[in-house]
This record gives sequence, structure tokens and C-alpha cells, in this order.
Amino acid sequence: MIRSQRWKGAAFTVPFQLGFVFLYLLPIGYAIHQSLYLEKQSGLGLGGSTTEFVGLENYQQGLTDSAFMTSILRVVLFACVQIPFMLFVSLMLALCLDAVTSRVAGRFRILLLVPYMIPGVVAAIVWINLYSPAVGPLTPLGELFGFDWNFFAPSMVWPAIGNLLTWHGIGYNMVIIYSALQGVPRELFEAARLDGASELRIARSIKIPFVRGALVLTALLSIIQMLQIFNEPALFRNVTPQTISDSFAPIMIIYNQAFNAGNYNYAAALSVLLALFLGVASFLFYRLTSREAD
Amino acid sequence: MALTENRTENSTERPRGRTVRRLTRPDPAARSRGGQRFLLVGLALASAYSLFPVYWLIIAATKDRVGLYQSNGLWFSDMHLWENLRQVFTYDDGIFLRWTANSFLYAGVGSLGGTLIALATGYGLARFDFPGRGAVFACVVGSFLIPIALLTLPLYLLFSEIGMVDTPWAMLIPCLINPFSVYLAKVYTEATIPFELLEAARIDGAGELRIFFSIVLRMMTTGGATVFLLAFVNTWNAFFLPLTVLRGEENWTLNLGLYNWSGKRQESGVDLTSLVLTGALLSIVPMAIMMIAMRRYWRSGVTMGALK
Repeated sequence: MIRSQRWKGAAFTVPFQLGFVFLYLLPIGYAIHQSLYLEKQSGLGLGGSTTEFVGLENYQQGLTDSAFMTSILRVVLFACVQIPFMLFVSLMLALCLDAVTSRVAGRFRILLLVPYMIPGVVAAIVWINLYSPAVGPLTPLGELFGFDWNFFAPSMVWPAIGNLLTWHGIGYNMVIIYSALQGVPRELFEAARLDGASELRIARSIKIPFVRGALVLTALLSIIQMLQIFNEPALFRNVTPQTISDSFAPIMIIYNQAFNAGNYNYAAALSVLLALFLGVASFLFYRLTSREAD
Repeated sequence: MALTENRTENSTERPRGRTVRRLTRPDPAARSRGGQRFLLVGLALASAYSLFPVYWLIIAATKDRVGLYQSNGLWFSDMHLWENLRQVFTYDDGIFLRWTANSFLYAGVGSLGGTLIALATGYGLARFDFPGRGAVFACVVGSFLIPIALLTLPLYLLFSEIGMVDTPWAMLIPCLINPFSVYLAKVYTEATIPFELLEAARIDGAGELRIFFSIVLRMMTTGGATVFLLAFVNTWNAFFLPLTVLRGEENWTLNLGLYNWSGKRQESGVDLTSLVLTGALLSIVPMAIMMIAMRRYWRSGVTMGALK
């Protein structure tokens, strides 16, 4: 390629590069910078406050902040239960779709994707009202079958949010897995059938290994989302503050530190910590799953 | 890779893609009736689960407060849909309409600008070999891992220093740069724009800008529509960014407004439940229309982004 042409090609990416510098690199740099400072009240708090360089003190505080570390542990544990469950359901549905005629599959696929069309905030509002003992139909429905459940009880927050996320996520994940399934060479099935393999056996030994990559990817995307969960707990707290604490998820803590406690410096340090944690978690997950493949 | 190209083919020439798929399916009659029935029951149950909340929302939107609290939640009682709609649109001087317009403005204009920038970047990355290209692409992929809080809080501080907090710009400008759109645009360029075509155009004396605007953009209509649609949905659904950078309710999005209304019933004895539910139903409508009308685009985008 001619040299001037290369530079013209580079020019196409300039708007993005500029934007990336101002909207990504600069804010991250600013956050790291802020995280190294701390606003301190001078004297008796009468003389205003001064901002002092404190090095890694904010990070040290963050790593020993039991509320923050608990919230990370909480979402990690939650991820370990909800994500495998959701992906299992999605995988089963994708296998079902793959095994029926394509006309039937097309119909069901659009129905199963309805939740994906609903914005997360609206989905949370709808489910919270479904759960609500006052207006929701689930409480009387439970009574009918002899269950005395109260979704607004603090102990039910996990199942309530887990169900909401699963409901919202299965359609989307199913589509990704399903389209990976479409890529399996159909001759493989014929060959397996001639060898006397049952449909279940074909699903287990050919289809599932074939969509491994799609499963790893959907899991990784779900992990990234889960560690940053904010909308659902925030909406729950908005409607029933007694159900859920304001330090439930890491981003809730960061938001409160920044906007309610007014401690931007500490909030910045916590968000850098969360980013590092997210990077490490994604890397570990990727390594773990790609080593198994060998 | 082969798979991705396959999908693109499906999305651009759907009828052909469909028949091919149908022909390559195993003969369903070869399998047991009982097995099929079992699969259908499973799919039907899952669909019922998916649709149930929407069904309930539609019913709830037709009820007044008494009906909402006292009648059977799973079936209609007296019809109050029109009253509820009127109430949603007139509450607080029609602020709901304002939020709807804002959501359309941020999602529409932001995504349009973002899509253009992304297409140019994707094209540059896919079809030119310039120094630093790898670094740009690494930024694109690396940014998928950056938590929104890490970006949004400092952005809020930077925006407040230049007086942009609480203006539409605070929502629009971040939408212009969307690494996922760039990634998709690059994948689409690789699948649809052949090198030979660009060479031929250059030999004919077309300038690089002209090639981009009159050849590349035209060939990328499908890809561009997908990128736009996904960006639009993304912005429409955004919550953390608007919650952080928009303060006054006249700039809010639908999501923020509904969040605010649904919290209000805690305070001062106002019960906005039927307002929230009718508003929630209304806010789904544009998204559902758009997604159903453009479903071939986003389906290819969702799967392409994921499988690559």
C-alpha cells in the first residue's frame, strides 16, 4: 500500500481516537489521579478543606473496607449461582429450538426474545410490582398453592433479583447459543445417527461441545455485567428500602461515596479497584476455560 | 469466521439463507413424536414465562387504583386504560412526553453520530494498514472491560468543570464514542468490502473520501443499520450515565423518570403505581416496534458481535 494512502486510512480513525482520548483515557487518568488525593478538613472544619496527596491510602482503605469487599464477594457468589443456571436454561432452550422444525423454531424464538426488548429498568419495575405484596399477583398466587412467600423480605432479595436477571437474559443468550448451533455441520448428525446414536447422545456429545465457545463468551459477558450490577438493586431500594441495603453492590457503594458522602477521591479509588478486579476475574475465567479445551 | 460470514449472508439475503437452512435441517419426521411433543411443551412453558410479566403489565395498565389493589391481578376488571393514559400524559404538565422526546433525542442523535464515527473507524481499521492500528484496536477491545462507574464518575467531574452537567450534551457526547460499534463496523467491513473494489475505484481516480462516502457507506447499509440499532437500544436503556449527569427533571430520560415515579410512592402518600405501570408499558412500545421492524438487523448484530 502506498504510504500516503496509509495515512489517509489512519485519518478515518482520527475522530474516534480523539473521542477515545477525551471520553476514555482522560477520565480514567483523572480517576487515577483523584484516587491518590484526599480532601481533608483543616483545623476544626471552619477553615474549609484542603486536598492532600495521600498516595495509596485510599486503596488501602478500600481493600480493608469490609462493606466494599463484602459487596464484591456477594456479587461473585451470586454470579456463581445465577449465571450457570441462566446459561443452562438458555442452552436447553437453544437445543430445543434446534431440534424442532425451523418454522416452529422461528415462532418460539421471537416469543422468547420478548424480554430482551424490554429495557432493564422497565423490566425491574415490572418484576418489582409483580413481587409486590400490595399489587402483585404472585403473592395471592402463592397463597393459592400454599406458599407463604414475601418477595420483599430481605432473605428473598437473591431469588427475586436472580429470577429477574434470568428472565431478562435467557432469550439473548439463547439466540447466541442457537446461532452457534446452526453452524454445526449437519452431516455429523447423520453420521452419528447411522452409528446408532440417540438424539440425546447427539446433543450431549456433538452439539454441546460444539457451542462451547459461545457458552464461554456468554458467560464472560454475564460476569462482566454482574460485577457491575446496579439498576436492579437500585430500583429495589427505591421501592422497598427495607429490603435491600445501600451497600448491596459495589457500584452502589461507589455511587453513594461520590454523590451522597461527597467523597470523590475514595469513590475514584474504589472504581479503579473494581476495574482491576473485573480485569483479573475475566482473565482468570478466560484462562480457566481455554485450558480445559486443550 | 466462516460462521460469521454465513450469518452476514443470511442477514443480507434472508430468503435464500432461510431456504438453505431449512433444507439442511434433519428430517423432523425421523424422530419420535413423543420427543417432539416434549420439546414443544418445554418451549411453550419457557415462552409463557417470558410473556407473563408483559401480559400482567398490559392488564395492570387498564386498571384504576382500586382495581389494581383489589381485583384479581391476572384478569381484566373495569377498563381504565384511557384514563391512565391521560393521567400519564398530563401529570406534572406532561413531563412524560418531555422525557420521551429526550430519550428519542439522546438515542437517535447520539447513535446516528456514533454510527458514522464507528463506520469510518471500522473501515480504517479493516482496510488500511497504518502504524498504530494495532494499538487502536487494542483500545477498542480493552474498553469492553472498563466498568461504567470508572468512566462515568470522572466524566461527571470533567463535565461539571466545563458546565456541561445537566445539559443534553452530557448525554449526547459520550454516545458518540462507542467501542462496541467500532468493533462491529470493523467486522462488517471485513465481510462486505473487498480490497479489489477499493483498488479499482482508486485506479479510476476516486479520492479516499469519495470512496468512503459513495461506495463504502452505500455497501454498508445493512451493517450500518445494525450498528445504529444496537447503539440506539443501548442508549435508550442507559441508566447509570443519565442518573449521574442529568439532574433537572426536564432533561431526564424515560428510564430516569420512571425510576423517580416508582420511588415516589414511598414519599408523602402519593401513590403513583398505576402511573408507573402505564408509563412502563408506553416506554416499551417504541423499543418493541423498532426491534420487530428491524429484527433481521439486530439478530445478525447480536450473534455476530458475540461469535467473532
